[in-house]
Amino acid sequence: MSAHSTAIGVSSKRGTWGGGNEPFKASYGKIMMWFFLLSDIFTFAAFLITYLSIRVSYPTYAGPAGEFLGSNEYWPVPELVFEALPFVHGLHAPLIFVGIMTFVLISSSVTMVLAVEAGHRNDRNDVVKWMLWTLLGGITFLSCQAWEWNHFIHGTEGGTVLTYVNSLNRLVTETVFGANLNVNEYGPPAFAQLFFFITGFHGFHVTIGVFLLFLCFYQAAVGVYDKRGHYEMVEKIGLYWHFVDLVWVFVFTLFYLI
Amino acid sequence: MLIQENKSTLEVQPRNEEKVKKIWKTAGILLAITVVEFIMAFTMDRGFILYFLFIALTIWKAKYIMMEFMHLGEEAKPLFFSIIVPLIFLVWLVIALMKEGSEIFLMRW
Repeated sequence: MSAHSTAIGVSSKRGTWGGGNEPFKASYGKIMMWFFLLSDIFTFAAFLITYLSIRVSYPTYAGPAGEFLGSNEYWPVPELVFEALPFVHGLHAPLIFVGIMTFVLISSSVTMVLAVEAGHRNDRNDVVKWMLWTLLGGITFLSCQAWEWNHFIHGTEGGTVLTYVNSLNRLVTETVFGANLNVNEYGPPAFAQLFFFITGFHGFHVTIGVFLLFLCFYQAAVGVYDKRGHYEMVEKIGLYWHFVDLVWVFVFTLFYLI
Repeated sequence: MLIQENKSTLEVQPRNEEKVKKIWKTAGILLAITVVEFIMAFTMDRGFILYFLFIALTIWKAKYIMMEFMHLGEEAKPLFFSIIVPLIFLVWLVIALMKEGSEIFLMRW
């Protein structure tokens, strides 16, 4: 052992990956958040690609938009399924509500990045202000999704006459209203199953995100981060929140556009 | 315990207007792309071309979210590549399962 070497002293001979070095130049927490998000990207990708795969294994409804009727023979056109608005009854407003949801979530992502920017400047008032807006956006989005699910489950007034195998394993022909995991009035059973599973899993992430946002808002407000000396927690929770937005962008394309 | 002296010892720096402007610009781009997607959904015929455009625009939006909002572009290169490179595997997953789905389509209908 040479007299100069220390446990973590970096020799120029070792190079970047020789140990005792920080090639990522980021804190442990931030790196771990990134790799958690990478694993979560794979999970969501698996779900969404499954959706695509099942989607292309069915024919698409090809008739005129005005005469659309749900059937388990073909995949429905999304703009004819998601076309209702809360508080206004019977209005045909294709994709408007989900457009508003997308707008809310993207806006909350913007306020989040503004909070992160304020955190870099150690500006407690700004962090608290933008965190509060982000929290509001998150809660609004969740409420919208609750309404969307409620509407999807209860369905339209007319329902659809379908022939299908019911939960008692009998082939029946009857009017179906709304959607459940067994049958739905809009399309093949897989359509509603994937909708519930994927938007549900995303909504679960948003719910956790809202808890984290609240925690972060509270801690910033009472001065925990000031005492800690840095606002890195805002950044880490920000990463998670942007990820939720990122996933929604893909969910929006696959479920509501394609 | 909460009612403590919690006066900040940190120095508050002035707002970086340039950064804030860039954030709003990115937000504008994201909204503009979404609006374009919306218009396309109602005006174009359904089919392979439209789906391809939708997915391309979505990936473009994802790029903005990851690079500008999550600041991945500002991280050190090794971190950047260790997040981006594994995602290349997903390209194959998409191709494989789309192929699988269309084969099932041919078997079934």
